Amino acid sequence: MIDLDFLAATVRALLAGVPVTLGLTAGSVACGGALAALAAFGRLAGGPVPDGLARLYVFVFRGTPLLVQIFLIYYGLGQFRPSLQAMGLWGFFREPYWCALLALSLNTGAYTAEILRGGILAVPHGALVAGRACGMPRLLLFRRVMLPLAARQALPAYGNEVISVVKATSLASTITLLEITGIAQKLIAQSFRALEVFLCAGAFYLAVTFVVIGLVRAAEAWLAPDLRPRPAVAPRAA
Amino acid sequence: MLAPSPTRPEAVAVRDLHKHFGALEVLRGISLSAREGEVVAILGSSGSGKSTLLRCINLLEVPEAGEVVVGDEAILWRARSRGRVPADAAQVDRIRSRVGMVFQSFNLWSHRTVLENVIEAPVHVQRRPRAACVAEAEALLAKVGIADKRDHYPAHLSGGQQQRAAIARALAMHPRVLLFDEPTSALDPERVAEVLRVMRALAEEGRTMLVVTHEMAFARDVAHRVVFLHEGRIEEDGPPDAVFGAPRSERFRQFLARGG
Repeated sequence: MIDLDFLAATVRALLAGVPVTLGLTAGSVACGGALAALAAFGRLAGGPVPDGLARLYVFVFRGTPLLVQIFLIYYGLGQFRPSLQAMGLWGFFREPYWCALLALSLNTGAYTAEILRGGILAVPHGALVAGRACGMPRLLLFRRVMLPLAARQALPAYGNEVISVVKATSLASTITLLEITGIAQKLIAQSFRALEVFLCAGAFYLAVTFVVIGLVRAAEAWLAPDLRPRPAVAPRAA
Repeated sequence: MLAPSPTRPEAVAVRDLHKHFGALEVLRGISLSAREGEVVAILGSSGSGKSTLLRCINLLEVPEAGEVVVGDEAILWRARSRGRVPADAAQVDRIRSRVGMVFQSFNLWSHRTVLENVIEAPVHVQRRPRAACVAEAEALLAKVGIADKRDHYPAHLSGGQQQRAAIARALAMHPRVLLFDEPTSALDPERVAEVLRVMRALAEEGRTMLVVTHEMAFARDVAHRVVFLHEGRIEEDGPPDAVFGAPRSERFRQFLARGG
């Protein structure tokens, strides 16, 4: 039977992992987003060398399992401790949290780069031509026409990617990090009650995902006002 | 319509324009100018180069040879290892802001309302005060007959309404020249008239217009001059009465016989 006291204790214990999960998600989505912007720019506008580098980056990080990437960064780079110490980077690579954040950022950056690229390629050509035809300089055209149109194209796929990152943070438990899944495993090792603990853990992930979906919906409504129902009467008919 | 006086200055001119796409020569030495207030209809079958000619005037296409002059400003060129490019991007943007363009497929910005489409370039390219731009945009929308659509998005408008919004957007820049690239070719027959009516009103108020079109009646009744392009060359150039009444070019006679 399900023991309510145990359940309450589990919820409390798992709650301690939520900030770690959220921190990893937010950090890697932000850093990965910046990386993705660079990579997408390299693919679309950077000439052969940036294009090649961006392709290689996407190929490698999309083509290998995240778990392998985490292990390589945390355990693999550990073998170079003296060199990393000499470069002053050991403080970073010693911490599982930063290693997980780095791996997640690199991984989601590769996927997000392709999502951004797809969004930009999907911008209707005519909208850009119209901007050029009225004398918009490149940066203005990018900011006022290309970016908003690309963002709304990319947003549904990007929402999926953020949700993937939320769930992928659970892999950080494999390098001793005590986020939701890590704490859950510890609890099971102590109690052998896999059902209650993993149900609770799953519920926490669902809750986080629920919030993410809401944010993506809100962003979609903000970015795509023309997809809302048309106004019944023009508010200010002249 | 009465042609503007031949003493009026040229608003736009191209001289000996050449443009090719790969092996395909689209323009083979086109020289054409329009005086202030002149309406020039450009006719030709598809592939004759008429849209390319229009797109060379505001540098949406870069002609390999020839001059482009808007007002008193000639485009400056810089030689490249293969061909040439405009020397000064700021000059290109400046000239584009003086040349309004209306496209076959409207090309409104789908993420902005009709009003936002109209004020976008005046506010952000010309940096005029927003309130003044809004007031002017409302007047322009009233002029093209869609004042009640100011807060609608392009997707909520008919093709004719979208094209009229696009005309208002071009007018908002106070252009010296208006380029129309087959403005009614994507419209249902019943929507064509409402767009042509707006264009005729613009011609009557003395605007300089270059109109690529298949609307023979418009060319005959509204244009001061009719130009016929065939395989990248000008085959006919003259007042509509002369060109339609006594065409010299065999190609143009065939073109007319096919119904444009």
